[in-house]
Amino acid sequence: MVNKASLWKRILAQCYIWILLLLMYLPVLVLIIYSFSTASLGQPIEFTWENYANLFKSREIQIAVGNTLILALVTAVLATIIGTLGAIGVYESRPWIKKTLEFTTQVPVVNPEIVIALSLIVMFVFLGGIFGGVKLSFWTLLAGHLVLTVPFVYLSVKPKLMQLDPALYEAALDLGCTPRQALWKVTFPEILPGILSGFLMAVTLSLDDFIVTAFTRGPGLLSGTSSIQTISTYVEGIIKRHPLPTDLRALTTFIFLAVVILVGSFMAYQNIKARNGKRRKGRKY
Amino acid sequence: MSSTSEAALPPTPAKEKKTKRFFGLKRRYLAIPYALFLVLFVVIPLLLIVGYAFSETNVVNGVKVTSFSFAAAASFFTSASKWSVLFVSLFTGVQTTIICLLLAYPAAYFLAEKKFNANKILVILFIMPMWINFVIRTGATRDLLNWMGLSGSTHPWGATLIGMVYNYLPFTILPLYTTMLKLDHSQVEAAADLGANPWHVFWRNVIPQTLPGIVSACEMVFMPVMSSYVISDTLSESKITLFGNYIYLDFSNSLWNEGSFMALLMLVIIGITMLLTRNIEKDPTGSRGGGLW
Repeated sequence: MVNKASLWKRILAQCYIWILLLLMYLPVLVLIIYSFSTASLGQPIEFTWENYANLFKSREIQIAVGNTLILALVTAVLATIIGTLGAIGVYESRPWIKKTLEFTTQVPVVNPEIVIALSLIVMFVFLGGIFGGVKLSFWTLLAGHLVLTVPFVYLSVKPKLMQLDPALYEAALDLGCTPRQALWKVTFPEILPGILSGFLMAVTLSLDDFIVTAFTRGPGLLSGTSSIQTISTYVEGIIKRHPLPTDLRALTTFIFLAVVILVGSFMAYQNIKARNGKRRKGRKY
Repeated sequence: MSSTSEAALPPTPAKEKKTKRFFGLKRRYLAIPYALFLVLFVVIPLLLIVGYAFSETNVVNGVKVTSFSFAAAASFFTSASKWSVLFVSLFTGVQTTIICLLLAYPAAYFLAEKKFNANKILVILFIMPMWINFVIRTGATRDLLNWMGLSGSTHPWGATLIGMVYNYLPFTILPLYTTMLKLDHSQVEAAADLGANPWHVFWRNVIPQTLPGIVSACEMVFMPVMSSYVISDTLSESKITLFGNYIYLDFSNSLWNEGSFMALLMLVIIGITMLLTRNIEKDPTGSRGGGLW
């Protein structure tokens, strides 16, 4: 009797959350359902695998997917290296250098993507005017994606450094480590979670980007002599005039499945780790 | 004896000190590539934007001459269409932010209750759409809205707003959720015990406690909406031009000075919002999904 009101509240809360989730997933779910039909949305579905067959035949989509993945991985690896080393270095720097660099790090974080993209283009053209011909290529695209991602690696490593006991590094040196060993064997394992989350952030941001890619890309990668197409630029080029093509529905299914599998295994891993951690703690004390 | 031991001892601390300073310098050196990267790809490009915003290039006797000028600024402030773009962008930004906050606030509140969301799966479900390519999601939203009769050609406003909310809702929920986790429930109970009615409890206690989350949610939504390009362009079928679209247009029409001035204006607006909100303590990693992992 007493709990009746709170029970109602919980049911209401559940309904709210699930309706919101349903609405958020609706477009993607509709697309996935219609990936088994070539009919346009709203028409009756006639089951067919045709979209999936077309997806595996479409050279353009394969190139776009390949480019996107290569770019995201190269970006993330480089961003992680630059950002992590930068975070360690800045953390040990003199106060005024630290302050200046921290402020500058915030700039690309709050800067709208379109301003980042245009400022880079302006700089490439400017440099081209001085040194003669900076052509847009994979490298300019990579630079654009690095500007997007490096600050986020920095920001996810920094809190881990702040939690780190500085005496550990000193102790390692006193016990005979070279600085490189101390960095690699003491600092690195402690800040690894921050580095990993920075890496994942970098992958996510790079995969999803459109504006910076559209402006800074040139010929290269799998696109050969034509401008690099990523999933974002390829799809944007089409949906400007037409509805999403049917083979992209099949691609959406695959992306969705990949996301579900990756997130699912990540969460399972986290749960196992948390459980093991608890067990170890219990034994220790 | 004593003199020899004294002679043997001093070098050790001196050597230690020397090596330690050497190591300190070494770790500091790691910041150099990072600093160079920031200078080359962040500072110089922005300075160039400022330079372009306040200059113009004329061809005099077949030679390009660049000179200091307020022409771009003047063309912005005297153009009615640019003012209207500014107001339309501000309006869209405010509307989207308010709708996102209203939808996300209760959701974040429920999600932060431990009984309700024991293993964070629901939070992950809210964030998961962010990993599906956003251009595809935007296209899917437009096609679905077309099917439902809410196409950009007939309802450009409605369609754009729905697309914006759909895209930015996860970014609103996340910072709110992070601050709600830290909500001090005993304070809320105390307020209720001391006779505050539920409305007062909410308004005077819960809202102030979660203010940092609200502020970072606003920052996460407002500026990106104003400067967004794909969503407004696709969903309104190019009927609604936001700040981002306009800068894009200026640059694709080689109006670099005008485009740079608008980009600069955008930066100034951001700077002002940052200044206004800097006193409210925020979770720096709560932005753009940083608290995910």
